[in-house]
Amino acid sequence: MTHVVEPENRPSRVVLDADDMSRALTRLAHEVVERTHGASHLTLMGIPTRGADLAVRLAAKIESIQGTPVPVGALDVTMYRDDLRLRPARALLPTVVPPEGIEGRLVVLVDDVLYSGRTIRSALDALSELGRPQAVQLAVLVDRGHRELPIRADYVGKNLPTSKTEQVKVQVIERDGIDQVTIEQSS
Amino acid sequence: MSTYVIAGGSLLGQDVADILIADGVIAAIGNDLSADVRVDASGCVVLPGLVDLHTHLREPGREDAETVLSGSRAAAKGGFTAVHAMANTNPVADTAGVVEQVWRLGQQAGLVDVRPVGAVTVSLEGVALAELGAMADSAAGVRVFSDDGKCVWDAALMRRALEYVKAFDGVIAQHAQEPRLTEGAQMNEGIVSGKLGLAGWPAVAEEAIIARDVLLAQHVGSRLHICHLSTAGSVDIIRWAKARGINVTAEVTPHHLFFTDDVVTSYDPIYKVNPPLRTAADVEAVRAGLADGTIDVVATDHAPHPSEDKDCEWTAAAFGMTGLESALSVVNATMVKTGLMSWSDVADRMSIAPAAIARVHDQGQPLAVGMPANIVVFNPDIDTQVVPAQSVSASRNTPYGGLTLPGRVMATFFRGRATVLDGELV
Amino acid sequence: MKHLLSAGELTREEAITILDTATQLAAATTQGVGKLPPLRGRTIVNLFYEDSTRTRISFEAAAKRLSADVINFSAKGSSVSKGESLKDTALTLEAMGADAVIIRHNASGAPHRLAHSGWISGGVVNAGDGTHEHPTQALLDAYTLRQHLKDNSGDLKGAKVAIVGDVLHSRVARSNVLLLTTLGAEVRLVAPPTLLPIGVETWGAQVSYNIDESIADVDAVMMLRVQRERMSAAFFPTAHEYSYRYGLNVARMNTMQDHAIVMHPGPMNRGMEISADVADSSRSVIVEQVANGVSVRMAVLYLLLGGTEGV
Repeated sequence: MTHVVEPENRPSRVVLDADDMSRALTRLAHEVVERTHGASHLTLMGIPTRGADLAVRLAAKIESIQGTPVPVGALDVTMYRDDLRLRPARALLPTVVPPEGIEGRLVVLVDDVLYSGRTIRSALDALSELGRPQAVQLAVLVDRGHRELPIRADYVGKNLPTSKTEQVKVQVIERDGIDQVTIEQSS
Repeated sequence: MSTYVIAGGSLLGQDVADILIADGVIAAIGNDLSADVRVDASGCVVLPGLVDLHTHLREPGREDAETVLSGSRAAAKGGFTAVHAMANTNPVADTAGVVEQVWRLGQQAGLVDVRPVGAVTVSLEGVALAELGAMADSAAGVRVFSDDGKCVWDAALMRRALEYVKAFDGVIAQHAQEPRLTEGAQMNEGIVSGKLGLAGWPAVAEEAIIARDVLLAQHVGSRLHICHLSTAGSVDIIRWAKARGINVTAEVTPHHLFFTDDVVTSYDPIYKVNPPLRTAADVEAVRAGLADGTIDVVATDHAPHPSEDKDCEWTAAAFGMTGLESALSVVNATMVKTGLMSWSDVADRMSIAPAAIARVHDQGQPLAVGMPANIVVFNPDIDTQVVPAQSVSASRNTPYGGLTLPGRVMATFFRGRATVLDGELV
Repeated sequence: MKHLLSAGELTREEAITILDTATQLAAATTQGVGKLPPLRGRTIVNLFYEDSTRTRISFEAAAKRLSADVINFSAKGSSVSKGESLKDTALTLEAMGADAVIIRHNASGAPHRLAHSGWISGGVVNAGDGTHEHPTQALLDAYTLRQHLKDNSGDLKGAKVAIVGDVLHSRVARSNVLLLTTLGAEVRLVAPPTLLPIGVETWGAQVSYNIDESIADVDAVMMLRVQRERMSAAFFPTAHEYSYRYGLNVARMNTMQDHAIVMHPGPMNRGMEISADVADSSRSVIVEQVANGVSVRMAVLYLLLGGTEGV
């Protein structure tokens, strides 16, 4: 999900603070463990940039619950986007496949915000180039509605009804110095 | 023929007076003169008709690029009343027959004096002398001989040519280019050529030949003329030679007064020319040399080429730029507007001196009563944008396309007949 | 970026972006990804006036791996060999709908003419023009250096590279000097005086006539191809003397630092500028350079054509 840098004087409200985010991720971790029955063939693939950051955190929380480590990687979707020709060519982000691979495994894609669903569609294409998972599920921190494709998340940190004129911004401490989710009015 | 009065122009950029033209000559100079046709020359300078010592008219052989007629039209538009047509045609102008053909075509066109230049060597091969005497005695009355396009590189042959033409007051005009130092050369050898990966044409290839030839001229007591001089070193050699009393004259082209080799960075073959565009230091030196008279003459080296010979990659393109139509404006921009020369100096470099070198007695004369009415009226202050598609020449390879040059030829008179009025060919 | 005509026109940021993109694309290859989709529907023409199987195949592989359609147009046996001008060939390619033209030509500046003359509307990639430049070669050389010296990221600040051979006639040398200095490396050119261009002292590189004094402290030695035919124009007296004074043999190679690598853009004249033993030694990364060429060319094509039309 792309995030636009917010100009100084735009009003924004915080919808999730650091504690909220941590609780949401913990809840997501429990849900994943429960629904995958403590799966031994689970792999998390985060969508860069912040989806990948969250995937690492989610993997750590899952490990602390089930006691065994979860392989985690990153899946860059840039070249699979359906809006490539609308902007200059974008820089590629890293794709990291953990040593266990994805072949025959249960892959849970992790992203920060689910909106139109197009990013996830691209992610499914990117994933299919790397192999054939046994199944693919989706975990997102925020679902803000307004789907344009038949895509749904299996695990949602917070449902956030928004209008299309609003922008949802996720910040993570490892990259932005603070954990929070804000909504602001875009122009 | 109608009578004309050129009214209110500044003669040689000095006194303002009217000039009355009748029966092919200047009939009177004064104030408030009247005639059949009045040419308003207020704000203009009036000069003797320009004489180009170095033009390529391409006919016979390359009429797709230019003919004697189209070249004459371009010349008249540029304010010229005489042009010297170089011999590198096809067939080469190395016999009385060919030079007379070119001369006759010039007469038929009737717009400027076309004075054929005879080749020095047969077929420009640099091996055997052409029949210089026959060309001198022909109806074309050739006095200037040149293998231009190529260098007379054989020192012994150059010596003989210099000696031989003394018999009929001829002059050898050397295209100074040592062939072994310039094999495959594309542009000036320097910092730019090193970066662009284009084979270099070093200044020394020009200077070494000039040094040799001024010493030869001194040794045999002949006149020598150097074509399209382009480097600071060449200016120094001419200055040295003249100081020793050697009878050498030199010309510079308008484009060598204007451009440096930096423009080649675009790889646009419109800038490809022989000798090549040089460095800023060279441009400064040739301007200074022209201003102080070390360089005697501005000559255009007008070199028309059809578009397919320029609309290609650099190494495949032909060498040469057109120049008749823009010459006076370029000299205005580079020498007069910069304060380096006066209009009286321009009259000397572009009319009086070239006529003297070529021994043309009815051109390059003072603006005085009784003189043949070969006159150009030039407005130095009208900015004109150069549009290649509007070239009068049959070819469009002008390097000034898109640029704005100061000045415009408003009228040209050839033996009392108007060839250009109100800035357009009549 | 609409065209890639010269390594000199890339800023440090643009160069690093290309190298980083190439790194990601190389990783995709290792991950077993077959084709990548971003150039689907784009038509890329290889317009090669000079024979060069290696470079042409590298570009073709790069384009195809990004799902572009590739048309190969080589000068031999085509309308070009019958005297068709560059302009007419370009107009034909435009009519065929080429989105980009990759051109190799023996005339310096031909890619510039193609890009700026208005004959075609697509992008132009210079695959080597006369003795002027070969930007993708410099990019793959920088990529290779970065892999060995900088762990595959950032620029080449502090790296010392010696380039040895016929600098005067080398488009690889020109592009490398430009790109390496943009990326912060220190470049030393080594050649006999006859094979250095007038004005080379303005290029921002050190210049030396002595190979033995020039390679002991560098991180990489890049050998340039030297043609034996240059002998006949008196650039050097004999091939033997050239090889004796400037060739990289095992004895010279052993004076290099332990980590220093040997590079060559190919094709090599074994025994002339480089001995067979050096070419085949463990320091030689010549084969890697070729592999890296595909990733780097993929990066260039992706950045030129993977986004908005005519960026």
